[in-house]
Amino acid sequence: MSASKTRKEPVSRRNVLMAGLAAAGTGSAYASGAIGQSNQAAETSMDAMPDHMSAHGGIITVGEVDNAVNGFDPVAMLTDWDTGQVKMLADGRRLRSFELIAEDKEIEIAPGVFYPAWTYNGRVPGPALRAMEGDLIRVKFKNNGSHPHSVHFHGIHAARMDGVAGSSGLIGPGEEFTYEFTAKPFGCHLYHCHALPLRRHMAKGMYGAFVIDPDPAKHPEHADVARSRLLGSPENAGWQEMVMVMNAFDTNLDGENEFYAANTVAFAYVKKPIKVLKSKPVRIYLINTVEFDPINSFHLHANFFDYYNQGTTLTPTLKTVDIITQCQAERGILEFSFADHEPGLYMFHAHQAEFTELGWMANFDVVEG
Amino acid sequence: MDADTPTRRSRLLWLLMPLSLLAAAIAWFVIADPLQGFGSDAPAVENLTFERTVLDDEGLHLLVRAGGSEPMTIAQVQVDAAYWRFTQTPEGEIARGSAVWLDLPFPWMLGEAHVVTVVSNFGTTFEHEIEVAVPTPKVTASQLRAQALIGFFVGVLPIVFGLMFYPVLRDVGRDGMNFLLALTVGLLVFLLIDTVGEAFELAADAAAIFQGPVMVVLAGITSFFILMAVGQRGGAPSGMSLATFIALGIGLHNFGEGLAIGAAFAAGSAGLGTYLILGFTLHNITEGIGIAAPILKKRPPLLAFAGLALLAGGPAVIGMWMGSLAFSAHWAAFALAIGAGAIFQVVIQVGAYLMRRNDTGIEVFYTRAVMAGLAVGVIFMYATAALVKI
Repeated sequence: MSASKTRKEPVSRRNVLMAGLAAAGTGSAYASGAIGQSNQAAETSMDAMPDHMSAHGGIITVGEVDNAVNGFDPVAMLTDWDTGQVKMLADGRRLRSFELIAEDKEIEIAPGVFYPAWTYNGRVPGPALRAMEGDLIRVKFKNNGSHPHSVHFHGIHAARMDGVAGSSGLIGPGEEFTYEFTAKPFGCHLYHCHALPLRRHMAKGMYGAFVIDPDPAKHPEHADVARSRLLGSPENAGWQEMVMVMNAFDTNLDGENEFYAANTVAFAYVKKPIKVLKSKPVRIYLINTVEFDPINSFHLHANFFDYYNQGTTLTPTLKTVDIITQCQAERGILEFSFADHEPGLYMFHAHQAEFTELGWMANFDVVEG
Repeated sequence: MDADTPTRRSRLLWLLMPLSLLAAAIAWFVIADPLQGFGSDAPAVENLTFERTVLDDEGLHLLVRAGGSEPMTIAQVQVDAAYWRFTQTPEGEIARGSAVWLDLPFPWMLGEAHVVTVVSNFGTTFEHEIEVAVPTPKVTASQLRAQALIGFFVGVLPIVFGLMFYPVLRDVGRDGMNFLLALTVGLLVFLLIDTVGEAFELAADAAAIFQGPVMVVLAGITSFFILMAVGQRGGAPSGMSLATFIALGIGLHNFGEGLAIGAAFAAGSAGLGTYLILGFTLHNITEGIGIAAPILKKRPPLLAFAGLALLAGGPAVIGMWMGSLAFSAHWAAFALAIGAGAIFQVVIQVGAYLMRRNDTGIEVFYTRAVMAGLAVGVIFMYATAALVKI
């Protein structure tokens, strides 16, 4: 075969490989000496590689996802909260109106890999809805998809508003329904389609974050904490908040996921590390929507965090941990700071190594400021 | 009737008409796209065959062939459930039937198993297991020498040993001769079954586009008829020409055996133990006796013996080289099918010779000597094959 000729490349592939190996030693478990290849030459061209390349070794997807065609950008998704249309009612309550549209859409979940998703508002995860405790929530749901769907909120509400067959029921293609309830309890929640089979409707991409901020007036004992959690408050502006929906895709329909990620695109935050300022603490609203695998996890490198399981408390439910696990639909709030760290790339990922290496791997790029 | 005899021109017209109609039908189908009417957005059927795997100090290299209903695109590649950087040569869409190389800078681990999973743009996955990771042999003089030595032990040496019985066998009587010829038929029947089995096994691993099983059958039948035709020129073969045909058939089988050993060698799946090599030597020893049988009553020059030994045993060396250095399932299946056809041809020829020299028909096969020969041939081959099957 002439291929032996065509396979020659100007760049020494061994150098690249060895650089990858050496680098992997910092983060993951690859650099054990027991490799079959001739192991001479760690004198490699690490300098020639961008930092983000050396951090993952050879483990990465090849190419770039076209965010413009997808209609969503994993980096932008971290912070683009949907706070709805706000209107004050006569009784002094605040009405927040949202609109969710179910839509079949092919999305690129990894470079060159297209998945026939079912979406809310054309994106996976669906819009990150955010409200304050006590708000009247009104969600107009329209089903433009090809199957019956619903919106099932994790929260406290009437059976009629629960979005399951038998109560508010399933909304058929072309139909509409408006969900209405009071936002409670405060915390980090989610919504998802509850049409059956549930597993398929979840796996196809019908889920999103639903965050209810605490009302400081209702929590005098921790009013400052509540204020820091309240989007739009000056205290909240002192935080770097982001939302991550851990999800996965079974592209070959064998009941196992081929791609894992936070916010859909495998390795997105390895290729574009998330900028974090040293000066501001970080708060992550973390939600697990992975199907087929019972649990997912979040591990932060070189740092520890406080954890608020389901976000329904103002004091941490776990203090000073560097890994938490979440069952399907479990979620919580992580708080940590890089104030005392030197700048650099700090990795975070699921600590199920399989998930990590199939895409749920990411980096913070901690910078001065 | 005469008036209707077509002129050259009208004959040409009759030839062109169906051809141009076919072209028109194809053009219409492509342009009008009647399949659109089925309204199916179902993704194309995808198929990918792993043809070669090379492990070296740069990582993994895989030759893969696309065989789906449409050209396919490889989006990502996993090794052991982790996405790995890879390059594809040539890049881009892979046309149906075409092959590309995938190169991964993967630090494979000596002696361990790895699974490579190719993910298409539709998310379909194709898996290939590297059962035991060992460096793929390279074309170096010492490598070729070492393999030639093994091939010599497996192929040439047993034939030589078998032929060395020649002086002893010369004195056998009529029944003894019948026994030896029947023994030859028996061992050839064993080789035929063995070769056909291996050919189908390899055909199953070949890309669908090659239609492995059909190819094996057609190549086998074709080789059989061609060799029969060649053999029958100038009368039914006997003596030296029959010995040559036997040697050729056995040579083609040994080529296949060499391919299998070479491939196992390259894949690291067979530790080529001393035991195994000597097993092959023992297994193949009757082949020499078989070749010697038709020339027992002649006095061929010594050079002829050397030629026969090389023809029957030499292909094992070539098979070893090809099997370990450039192995694709469809070529190996093709080669084995040709071998099967050749072996079948000699089974027929030796059988015919047996009947001829006894001036009987099929009844000769029911004599004690012939039945014993057939049985001993098959049983010896079967029993010694146990030494080499893992």
